[in-house]
Amino acid sequence: MGADHDMRAVMASLPVPDLEGAPFAVAPNLADAQVAIVTTAGLHLASDDSFGIFDPGYRVLPHGRDDVTISHNSQNLDRSGMMLDRNVVYPVDRLDELAADGSIGSVAPSHLSFMGAQSDLATILHDTGPQAAHRLQEQGTDVVLLTPV
Amino acid sequence: MHEVAARMPIPRGLYCQFPLGRPLGKPRDPEFQHEVLRAAFGLLDATEPTLATYPVVIEDEVDVALACPMPARLDPSLPAAVDEMRGLRKAFDRASGGIRAAVDPDVVEAALRGFTRVADDATPWDQAEIPDNPVTAGLVIRGYYEQAAAGLSEHVPGARSAESWFAQQTVTGKMLHRAQQAMKDAGAPQPFWFYVLPASQHRLD
Repeated sequence: MGADHDMRAVMASLPVPDLEGAPFAVAPNLADAQVAIVTTAGLHLASDDSFGIFDPGYRVLPHGRDDVTISHNSQNLDRSGMMLDRNVVYPVDRLDELAADGSIGSVAPSHLSFMGAQSDLATILHDTGPQAAHRLQEQGTDVVLLTPV
Repeated sequence: MHEVAARMPIPRGLYCQFPLGRPLGKPRDPEFQHEVLRAAFGLLDATEPTLATYPVVIEDEVDVALACPMPARLDPSLPAAVDEMRGLRKAFDRASGGIRAAVDPDVVEAALRGFTRVADDATPWDQAEIPDNPVTAGLVIRGYYEQAAAGLSEHVPGARSAESWFAQQTVTGKMLHRAQQAMKDAGAPQPFWFYVLPASQHRLD
């Protein structure tokens, strides 16, 4: 077993918030939907502030920008894959291809990134998370692809 | 994590047992990535909360250190880690096609000088002029080396094999092990020495 096996065992033992049931909505027709990516990889534009330790905020990634960087605070994830191919965590090129062949309606004008290494989820639950959701709704996003790391 | 997703719970989830940091599984494999996306988007047809499992498992390769050509020692007046880091600068700059590390090479060099004082000069960790804090400094060093590895490697390495190269085979990685041990022995706060290197690479007494 590799190092990820050990990390998964640690993560599985951590407490999670009680959200009292799964939020659920009937999905729109994918071929008509605007799709955005929300990742926890700690990505941001080179000109943006890096993620600080336990930073509960999010950064906006305009679609089409190539100057995407990572400042995720965890030592316990592989970065080499995304450094060779952004699509393994931030699949914007794959979404462009799906939009071109009509599998999805369109690609969102911007995507979002949080950073996964957190200690207190209250700010995300009550502040930055709802802000992010509102931003996605405002730009007309119908479907969100979450890519946790 | 499947266990976490099941306990939250989430409306639609596709559990992929891929290496941490590679949620679509395989870099530079668009066909595989599209297969994963098709499976994920297929969950939109579900009429109730659903947690499915993708049938392909990919393990990390922490036991197989990436083989990278290393720069020769060029300037003996420099700390060995700084000399090595400067020798990798072209590889760091040339890495392309992916997401870049948000690191400033000048900060990386300052961090290496600081950790070298701890590792080899018996300087107390909190007087070694490590920029920011040892956790952040350790991360920017690792980010620099992983991006350099991306610039050196002609193939897609297995997950964590670049991490193992950095921690086990580079001058800097070996120096950080000594610094980490010195910080632990000196009673530094646990997070400050623990997160200098990935937990999978610790070689502490």
